[in-house]
Amino acid sequence: MSEKLFVIGNEAVGWGALMADCDAFFGYPITPQNEITEWFAREYPTRGKIFFQTTSETSTINMLYGGAAYGARVMTATSSPGWALMQETMSHMVNAELPAVIVLVQRGGPGQGTTRQAQMDYFTVTRGGGQGGYKNIVLCPASVQETHDLVQLAFFLADKYRNPVVVLTDAVIGVTTENLEVRRVDFGSLPAKDWAVRGLENQPDGQSRLLTCSQGYGPNLTHPTFLALLTALDKKYKMMKEAELRYETHQVEDAELVLVAYGYPSRVCHEALEMARNEGLKVGLVRLITAWPFPYQVVGERAQKGSKFLVVEDSLGQMLEDVKLGVEGKSEVCFLGTFARHLPTETGLIFPERVMEEIRRIL
Amino acid sequence: MSEIAERKLVRSWPKLFQRFGILIACPGCQYGIAARLFCESMEELGIERRTIGIAGIGCSSAAMVLILTDWVQAAHGRACDAATAIKRVSRGRLIVFTWQGDGDALAIGTESTIHAAVRGERITVIMINNGNFGTTGGQMAPTTLIGQKTTTTPYGRDLKVEGYPFYAPEYMAAMKGVAYTARGALNTPANCQRTKDYMKRALQKQIDDVGFSYVEILSACPPDWHLTPLECQERIAKEVIPAFPLGEFKDVDRLE
Repeated sequence: MSEKLFVIGNEAVGWGALMADCDAFFGYPITPQNEITEWFAREYPTRGKIFFQTTSETSTINMLYGGAAYGARVMTATSSPGWALMQETMSHMVNAELPAVIVLVQRGGPGQGTTRQAQMDYFTVTRGGGQGGYKNIVLCPASVQETHDLVQLAFFLADKYRNPVVVLTDAVIGVTTENLEVRRVDFGSLPAKDWAVRGLENQPDGQSRLLTCSQGYGPNLTHPTFLALLTALDKKYKMMKEAELRYETHQVEDAELVLVAYGYPSRVCHEALEMARNEGLKVGLVRLITAWPFPYQVVGERAQKGSKFLVVEDSLGQMLEDVKLGVEGKSEVCFLGTFARHLPTETGLIFPERVMEEIRRIL
Repeated sequence: MSEIAERKLVRSWPKLFQRFGILIACPGCQYGIAARLFCESMEELGIERRTIGIAGIGCSSAAMVLILTDWVQAAHGRACDAATAIKRVSRGRLIVFTWQGDGDALAIGTESTIHAAVRGERITVIMINNGNFGTTGGQMAPTTLIGQKTTTTPYGRDLKVEGYPFYAPEYMAAMKGVAYTARGALNTPANCQRTKDYMKRALQKQIDDVGFSYVEILSACPPDWHLTPLECQERIAKEVIPAFPLGEFKDVDRLE
C-alpha cells in the first residue's frame, strides 16, 4: 500500500511518523518547523493518536521521556533554540535508556538568530549536547522522500538501541515541495519492550519496573556500579558506530576533489558536481546520511589517495572538523560556509555556481 | 492482660510498602510515614496494580524504594510532564501520581507542575514540604519560612530579598482545572489520619476523572534543620503549621 503526494519536507516528517506507528507527538511551536507540529495537530487526533501542544521545549522533551517509559513510540520536532532547551533530558534519556525521535529543523544562530535555513547545530547533535558526554544517532535527509524514510528508520534505531535518535534537517529541506511516496519501510523485527513501565497488572512477570535517569547513582540489577553503566553505554555507542554508519558517494573513485556535505548543501553540491564534470574537472561527493556515526574511514581513504576536500556546510565550520579528523592532515581541506551565501541577509543561500567557483579555484 | 488478647488487627502492613526502604532516609525523616499512608490509600482504593509513580530528583526519589509500584524517575522538576505523557499514552487506563519535594515541584519544576494543574491533567501530585532542599544540604526552598535560616539564607529568609514562600494548595484552588487540593501534616496521629484521608480523596478525584489533585505534606528534616526529631515536631506544630495552614482548599466533583 502506498500513496503518492506532493508535499513539503516538514509534512513528510508526519507521514513518515504515521508509517512508523508513532503513537504520540508532543511539540511546541517554533519556526521553521511549524508545519510539522500543525500536521500532527491536524492528522493525529482523527486517527486515534495523540497530539499534544506543550508549554515549552523543556516540557516537550520530558513528555517524550514519560511516553517512552510507557513503551509508546513518541516524537517531537523543534528548531535550534528549542533544541538547546531539550539538552538536559536528552542526556537523561540516554541514561535511562529510553527511545524517542527528535526532528531538528535547523535555523541560524547564535541566539535567537534567524528563522531561516542554516546548519549550525551539528556540534550539539553529534557531540552529545547535554551533560555528561553521550552519543545518539543523527540522520540527515536531503529530500522530502528521504525525510519520510529516515523518520521511520529513526524509530527503528531508537527502539533497537533504546537511545534517542535525531533527524537533522534544515529550513530548505523542510519547506521544499517534492513528490512523496508514502509507504511503510520494513527494517525487521525488534524485541518486545519488556522494560516498559505499564503498571503491575500489565507486567507479564508481575514484577514492578523502575526506569530512572539516575542509573549509576545507586546500584541496580542491570548496572550494579557507575562504571558498569558506562561500560554498557560505551558498548552500545560502539555497536551503533559499527552497524549504523550511512553515507552516499558519487564519482569519488577518480576524484581529485571530494565535496562533503549533508542536508540542503548536498543538493547544491550535486549540481556543482555535474557542472564540474561537464568541464572535465574530476570532482566527487560524499553525502552524509548519518552525521553520527561519521564516515571517517571513507574520507581517510580518499585523503590517502591524494584527493583534496571541499566541505560545503551552511555554518562557520562544524562538520568541517569531522572531515579534518578523517583526513588526519594527509590532504588539503577547504571550506565553503555561510560567508559564501549570495546575500548577507538571513535569506542568503549557497548556490551551485559559488561552489563551482571554489572548485575551479582549488583545482 | 485479657484486653491485649482481645486486640484485633485493624490494618496490616501494606503489601506495597518496602519495610527496609526506610533505611535510606535520615533519622526523624517522615518520608516513611507518608509512603506507608500512601500505600494504604492505594490498597484501600484497590488501584495499586494499575498505578504508576513518577519520582522527582532529591529526597523525594526515596519513594521509589519505599513504595513497590512501577516507577519512573523524571528529570529534576519534570515529574508532571512525564506523568502527563504516561496518563495520555495509556489512554487514561492508569492511575498516575507524582511524588516530589518542594524544590522539585515548586522551584525548578514550577512550569511543569502549574501547567498540569491549570490544564486539569488527570494526575495526583504528592508534594512533601520540608521547607528546604534536603539532599543538597539545607538550602532555601520556595517553602522556606520568612526568617528561617538555611545555608543560602544564613541570616534568615528576608522578605525584601527572597520574597514570599509558595502556597501551592491555596493558589491552585483558584485554577479551573484543579479538583482537589489539601495540606496535611504528620506530627500527630490525628494529622497522619487526616493526611491519609486527603491522599485518598485526591486519588479518588483521579479515579473519577474529575481533574488535577494535589496534596502537600508538611514534613521534618532533622539534619538540615539542625534539630532532633522531637524538636522538629515541636517546630512543625509551633512555627510551620501556623504559616502553612492545614486542611482542604478545594474539593469539587465536577470542574466548572
